[in-house]
Amino acid sequence: MGFFSIFKKKDDVKSDEIDKQDEVQEESDSDVSDTPEPETLEEPETVAEEPAPEQEVRLAAMDQDYAEKPAIKYGFFKRLKKGLSKTSGKLVGGMESIFTGKKEIDEDLLEELEELFITSDIGVNTTMKIIENVRDELSRKKLKNPEELKNSLKKHILNILDIPNDLNTTQDKPYVIVVLGVNGAGKTTSIAKMAKMFKEQGLSTTLAAGDTFRAAAIDQLCVWGDRVGVPVIKQSEGSDSAAVIFDAIQSCRSKGVDVLIADTAGRLQNKVNLMKELEKITRVAKRELPYAPHEILLVLDATSGQNAISQAQKFNEDIGITGLVLTKLDGTAKGGAIIGIVDELGVPVKFIGFGEGVDDLKPFNASDFVDALFDNETKGEND
Amino acid sequence: MFATLNDKLNAVFSKLKKQVRIDDENINEALKQVRMALLEADVNFKVVKTFIGNVLEKALGEEVKKSLTPDQVFIKIVNDELVDILGGKDYKEARIKLNSNPPTVIMMAGLQGSGKTTTAGKLANFFMKQSKSVLLVAGDIYSPAAIDQLETLGRQLSCDVYSDRESKDAVKIAKDALSQAKKTAKDIVIIDTAGRLHIDEELMGEIVRTKEAVSPDEVLFVADAMTGQDAVNVAKTFNEQLDATGIILTKMDGDARGGAALSIKEVTGKPLKFIGTGEKLTEFEQFYPDRMASRILGMGDIVTLVERAQDSIEEGDAEELAAKMAKHGLDFEDMLKQFRMIKKMGSMDSILRLIPGLGNTNMGEVDDKQLKRVEAIIFSMTKKERKNAKILNSSRKKRIARGSGTHVADVNRLVNQLNQMNKMMKQMTKKLGGSNKLNPAMMKDFLKMR
Repeated sequence: MGFFSIFKKKDDVKSDEIDKQDEVQEESDSDVSDTPEPETLEEPETVAEEPAPEQEVRLAAMDQDYAEKPAIKYGFFKRLKKGLSKTSGKLVGGMESIFTGKKEIDEDLLEELEELFITSDIGVNTTMKIIENVRDELSRKKLKNPEELKNSLKKHILNILDIPNDLNTTQDKPYVIVVLGVNGAGKTTSIAKMAKMFKEQGLSTTLAAGDTFRAAAIDQLCVWGDRVGVPVIKQSEGSDSAAVIFDAIQSCRSKGVDVLIADTAGRLQNKVNLMKELEKITRVAKRELPYAPHEILLVLDATSGQNAISQAQKFNEDIGITGLVLTKLDGTAKGGAIIGIVDELGVPVKFIGFGEGVDDLKPFNASDFVDALFDNETKGEND
Repeated sequence: MFATLNDKLNAVFSKLKKQVRIDDENINEALKQVRMALLEADVNFKVVKTFIGNVLEKALGEEVKKSLTPDQVFIKIVNDELVDILGGKDYKEARIKLNSNPPTVIMMAGLQGSGKTTTAGKLANFFMKQSKSVLLVAGDIYSPAAIDQLETLGRQLSCDVYSDRESKDAVKIAKDALSQAKKTAKDIVIIDTAGRLHIDEELMGEIVRTKEAVSPDEVLFVADAMTGQDAVNVAKTFNEQLDATGIILTKMDGDARGGAALSIKEVTGKPLKFIGTGEKLTEFEQFYPDRMASRILGMGDIVTLVERAQDSIEEGDAEELAAKMAKHGLDFEDMLKQFRMIKKMGSMDSILRLIPGLGNTNMGEVDDKQLKRVEAIIFSMTKKERKNAKILNSSRKKRIARGSGTHVADVNRLVNQLNQMNKMMKQMTKKLGGSNKLNPAMMKDFLKMR
């Protein structure tokens, strides 16, 4: 099944339970417009305080003509590589210079490798683990020369990262994705990019403005919704985030929307009360749809160092995450922390972000990623 | 969760205590632990290397070898070196230079998501508290709703915001804003800028041109405390192009150790001026090198804690309490008093973060709401019950639970807590030889016991 095949086909389902919901609308609805459906929606009784649909209201932020950051257009692989070239440049450049003139694997070589890994934010523990593995293979005479060592390292990292990362499947509708992360990780931008991808897959998509805390966060999501052409369900700043998401699920359900992506306010993982608020959001979603949220994605900034590990651990412990989104790979940061995270938590990377453009997000592919990390500039130029 | 550097070094040195002499090899083992601690705190690899070299030089002096407590001396050398690099003990650079010919112009710079806009708001608040008039300038014309974000902050602060939604020229916006500030006689102009990658030549060019156009008195590089090894590359480029005048470290309320501070300071040589400690506009503090050093090393911040305790606990109260504790043990009235003292010191969360070894853990159970619940339970007791926990039978407990909106189990838990505290106090007074005064040394011991 493909990455985006999020809805189980009927014959995939073993249980006899038949969908309660009529799915006739499914096809006709895929062309989503900003205007609300003419029929009156069933109002959610419990939570929503201001049920009036606000879609017609245009914000100043939405009508503003934004300056475009000068961006150079490349194909995907090239852009990814360009983004990663600093990473791979570092690793490969470093690798090459480490390996040149070396015919044997010695202690110096291992130490230099250690330095390279640590400067890629891979972290002391994971680095030690990888180096131990190399030593082990050396003692068993499995590695004869530096070239073999290089291949072994590549294989080892690929082994860690290459775990199944297709989106979870369900029969529920809407398919609910909740997006979490610390402040400034890139949640809102990633959501916009994801929405565009789902839309292009022919799935009707709606966004929920769950960041009701940060100044103008709702406006920001609305601008993105406008750009991507998907509706945004929102309440006013300061309202209860869980109520927004409850509202959004209700509305999506009655309109037969396929995918709902919920934004949440950025929060540091050591804030107990804010973590409880997230728990409430997922609880509310679950109450509405038994398997929701179908994906809980943690957005991690590639620039961050070892704290990314603490973030992943804590969000996973408190909320339970189903996947990672690694952003800002277009900088010079290596994002190496994910290797340790994936290794330790077994949670896959589902998307990577590598720019501010709406197309600068792609499903994560471990072998592409490792290739880009390790290979020379020969591959993928034409993609 | 995390072993602190202190624990690790103690482990290394406890082995040594059995030996007569301390040699280079032992010191190397200790240095290895320091190196690991710094790398785990995200200090850049190369910066760590230089640092270890310097420490080695100092540690090899006779002082460490001769000392009876080599671990303490060694930790002190490491700590002092760190404090020195971060700015030294008498730190006076955390100020913003005010132009004698106002307005003073401050420009923010940094990566996307580092916290520039929020920090601009915090700075505005900081100056407005000093009765200065401030103009915030919305210089981010790229990110969706960035202008709205700054305008919202401006409304919250009742601070004027200059924006131009029509313009696509960040340089011109800054220039126009400056001339408006001059016309309206503002004291301070704070220019927010778009987040940009240090390798984005065009946008780096734009911010350089903005700088040239308004000749700011301060160019503040805003960096996220969670930044990893890449902090050196980013800070170096920004500083080379903009010749920053200072650094602000944001998101310090997280549990990141903040090794980036050391990396950035080392590659730029520019002073760290402020830290951001929360999402509220008031959560903004001056930078202290010694506190940062303790945090990076994972040693907690006893100094701040003792300072705060001294500020908020009146000496008479403390002595009285200690004397009573030693004689009769604690009752619920004392517990209530203690809570009030603790409350004066700040939120539970912020206190716990200062305690060595707890700085990086998550004491999920101890939040302020829980304190309130405990208070409610005590308030639902009669005076007699507060004085004597022994009379609490099940019908009394039921009544208290009802009165405070809790369960009997909660009441029981609190009673147990009181008993435990009494036990601990007894042990402590024994340990301290029956002294019945609460002094800083005792406080330190108490904190170490936990």
